[in-house]
Amino acid sequence: MAEELEVLHQALTDDEAWILETWLDGQADGAGFGATRAGRGELAAHSRRFLEGLRDGLKSGGTDVMATPWEPARQLLEEVALARTERGYSPAETAQFVFSLKQPLFERLRERLADRPAALAAATWSTSLLLDRLGLFTTEIYQRGREQVIMRQQQEMIELSTPVVTLWDGVLALPIIGTLDSSRTQVVMESLLQRIVDSGASIAIIDITGVPTVDTLTAQHLLKTVAAARLMGADCIISGIRPQIAQTIVHLGVDLGTVITKATLADAFAVALRRLGLTVTRRPPVLPRETRQEPPSDSGGA
Amino acid sequence: MERIPILKMGPYLLVTIQVDMHDRVALGLQDDLTQKIVQARAKGVLIDISALDVVDSFIGRTLADIAAMSRVLDAETVVVGMRPAVAITLVELGLPLTGVRTALNVERGMALLEAAITRREDGDADIH
Repeated sequence: MAEELEVLHQALTDDEAWILETWLDGQADGAGFGATRAGRGELAAHSRRFLEGLRDGLKSGGTDVMATPWEPARQLLEEVALARTERGYSPAETAQFVFSLKQPLFERLRERLADRPAALAAATWSTSLLLDRLGLFTTEIYQRGREQVIMRQQQEMIELSTPVVTLWDGVLALPIIGTLDSSRTQVVMESLLQRIVDSGASIAIIDITGVPTVDTLTAQHLLKTVAAARLMGADCIISGIRPQIAQTIVHLGVDLGTVITKATLADAFAVALRRLGLTVTRRPPVLPRETRQEPPSDSGGA
Repeated sequence: MERIPILKMGPYLLVTIQVDMHDRVALGLQDDLTQKIVQARAKGVLIDISALDVVDSFIGRTLADIAAMSRVLDAETVVVGMRPAVAITLVELGLPLTGVRTALNVERGMALLEAAITRREDGDADIH
């Protein structure tokens, strides 16, 4: 083991209690979350285990934190980083866990090597390097945790955002919200076709009011969905085409073929009803019950 | 060789595919059906593929071909009961069977055939 790390290891072994205490205080003061958010008990447990891991790692001699002897320290850091990811800590707050250890360690080194400035500088440098590596590792794990959260949310969004609504007996509506990419199209298609089978619907209205942009790929996906529904014996109407989208479709030269397109869902629904041989007629309006019973509030003053 | 039975119901021919469609079975069906249309002077053909759970590009093309051939022989064709997975596969294969009538089930397919044939006869009457 290099001399400077030997000193660090010695300091960790002899003054563990003091280092832990100072470190905990530093963490609580530094970012102001130790006491409130994680709970000092859990933080203390994590810190103690990390110091142990650090000491074991140092004992092996290497400073390559990806090596096997550092396994316990890495595991602990993973645990801490993932826990903080879930609780919504910022990357800085997460990395702070490792970086705040620098101050107590440097203080110990300064005491031990007070009379040898060169050795002190060397020891400080290697300790700093070591903790930086561990800190970066923590940030990486934090990042990975965040990415997992994002992926999970994406999945949930895909599942949530493709409802198939029954508008009338035999008429389904599929309001699409958000960008229509390949994976989304797959889910949309599957749920629409399944509903066609289940409900025996003969007309499906795909409403793209909530689709921000339509490019050639989106149009192709829409046409695929329409073709698949047709194979199941259901006709599709595309509705909710905004003026800009209509312009884009024409400028891009997208051929929507024989698909019926309507500006609003209401128009599409009217077409669907006509296809089914149904009509909507006007009759005297029926007021809701509350409105009829309550006397008009503004007539008394007049 | 396996053959797919073709049933005659009045002016219609009914084909229910209950076995795995191998390429040779599909080609056999193509032969049998065209012959039967001519022989029975059928006006409509209904192909039920509700039991078909796997299609490849060849079967898809054969289905489209059969429909086109029936049309040439002056018989309306309806393909009914396609499963969602099959529909998605055909679309992904780039075989949306354009020009083939489709319906959700046999009942609707029959109604579609009757409507199509009535319309055509009315149209023919107009010409004369």
